[in-house]
Amino acid sequence: MPLETLEFEEPIAALLKEIEALTQLPRTDARDREIEALGRRLVTVRGTLYKSLTPWQRVLVARHPNRPGLEDFIQRLFTGFVEIHGDRRFADDHALMTGFAEFKGQPVLLVGHVKGGDTKEKIFRNFGYARPEGYRKALRAMRLAEKFRRPIIVFVDTPAAYPGIESEERGVAEAIAVNIRDMTVLDTPIIVIVSGEGGSGGALGIAIGDRVLMQEFAIYSVIPPEGCAALVWRDSSKKAEAAAALKLTAPDLLEFGIIDEIVKEPIGGAHTDPAAAAQLVDDVLTRVLAEVGAMTSDARLAKRYEKFRNMGRAGIEFLEE
Amino acid sequence: MAWFKKTRKPMAAPAKEKPSRVPEGLWVKCPGCAQAIYNKDLVTTLNVCPKCGHHFRLGAAERLRTLFDAAWTEYDKDLVSTDPLSFTDTKPYRARLKAGMEGTGLRDAVIVASGAIDGIETMVAAMEYEFIGGSMGVVVGEKIARAIERAIGARMPVVIVCCSGGARMMEGALSLMQMAKICAALARLDRERLPYIAVLTDPTTGGVTASFAMLGDLNIAEPKALIGFAGPRVIEQTIRQKLPDGFQRSEFLMEKGMLDLVVDRRELKATIASALRFMGAGALATQSEAVSP
Ligand SMILES: [Zn+2]
Repeated sequence: MPLETLEFEEPIAALLKEIEALTQLPRTDARDREIEALGRRLVTVRGTLYKSLTPWQRVLVARHPNRPGLEDFIQRLFTGFVEIHGDRRFADDHALMTGFAEFKGQPVLLVGHVKGGDTKEKIFRNFGYARPEGYRKALRAMRLAEKFRRPIIVFVDTPAAYPGIESEERGVAEAIAVNIRDMTVLDTPIIVIVSGEGGSGGALGIAIGDRVLMQEFAIYSVIPPEGCAALVWRDSSKKAEAAAALKLTAPDLLEFGIIDEIVKEPIGGAHTDPAAAAQLVDDVLTRVLAEVGAMTSDARLAKRYEKFRNMGRAGIEFLEE
Repeated sequence: MAWFKKTRKPMAAPAKEKPSRVPEGLWVKCPGCAQAIYNKDLVTTLNVCPKCGHHFRLGAAERLRTLFDAAWTEYDKDLVSTDPLSFTDTKPYRARLKAGMEGTGLRDAVIVASGAIDGIETMVAAMEYEFIGGSMGVVVGEKIARAIERAIGARMPVVIVCCSGGARMMEGALSLMQMAKICAALARLDRERLPYIAVLTDPTTGGVTASFAMLGDLNIAEPKALIGFAGPRVIEQTIRQKLPDGFQRSEFLMEKGMLDLVVDRRELKATIASALRFMGAGALATQSEAVSP
């Protein structure tokens, strides 16, 4: 898929166009030097632009159509992936993928949302909106990992759980609730990486872990900014204001203690250099997997409880009578 | 003073905290049957229309009164939100909090208390819809998690009466994390083989449904309550069609297998007590001593 540029990336788009035009010309030393110079400009322009992204711009980057997702990470970081299908109850959800693979020789279970690349694939994946059977498949696969003491690595990237009639009928709320509860006591290491959109309950339904990591330009929110704008401003065009108010960026969430660590991205975002982005994930993943893996079950579970038990304590005070 | 009013105002908090508010009208028009009901009659029917069975929404304190045999011990009533996001939309979140406090006499959208239900010492959390739509923020999460931990300590059953639009937007992802916090505590309660009954009342939606509302050993709903994950409007926008009648109502959810039973409020206490006895809670209560707040 060709690299798409976002509305605020106008200067980047212009440079890319110039470079593209030059590559169509016959090859000369002068042309090559110019392409090289433009390439350097591109890096500088990207660096400047991405250093001061607004929260809304981060939302756009998190949703970037070229942003590397689970399938890309599987290809770059894991070997021998075998997909596990279906919840053994109703269906195989295509928006949520599970399977086992090896990470540097260590067998692991992978769980994550998939949004899909081209239009056909997007429709097949329901744009990353998982239905109840997706969450139930995830739990079934995670129980398999627990039984055989394999660590679980979760990639979160969903706009939301699917808000449709069949989703409600088949109990999407129950499916998410059971996942959240059971993941808090699942006896095997769980590492969560919010890699794109952390869309509310649809994200949290697979996002309980010993460590919750977040890529630099990912977002994690209780409601999409558009929904928040429509609800309180009664005006969905206030999405940029809503994005800022919701504090949904990685640095915000780190400050609140909701995530443990930010995984850096290449300058200009993961979509500009998926290989470099994957390498940055690899480094952190290797380290935290070793750290969490070294703990005893009891210590790990106690720590996991404490971690979620303490969420938001800083936002509370006692009021004296 | 109007003789008729569309919706009932919340009733006051326990008498010792706040004097009982005199209802604005002597008569209430029932949204169920459109008939005029003498307000005093509603008190004896637990705010259920004597003519058609419509369930008026109950405030948290009233709810406790309908469940406990006598007085109860309230916990953690002084916890307040610090507005961790410094959230402002069309007005500051702090102003909404203040309005919620003034309107309900509470500090946030839940009351947690222990007391006897038909003689069984039980920890109850009752949500207050009049406080920012019963939404769950850090205070609601903390109070319910503490209640569950207290119940584990005292070997008591837990009942949570849900009445909430879901996670509180104005506390961002911190509210989302309260789902995890409460579910983690419920997992421990479960491992201790202590009973948990979720009572779903109108409305129970969003992050509350997708966490503790659906995790009861029994999930009991009041009739015709709106219960769902996504709001009806969001679903209509997604599928671009009108939703069928009765969609996301208690009876629909029971038909789809998501609820154990739908119970008239006038039978709720007896049903809970009998369920708790089935779960061995009567025996638990005699073992446990008084709980220290
Ligand atoms: Zn009526």
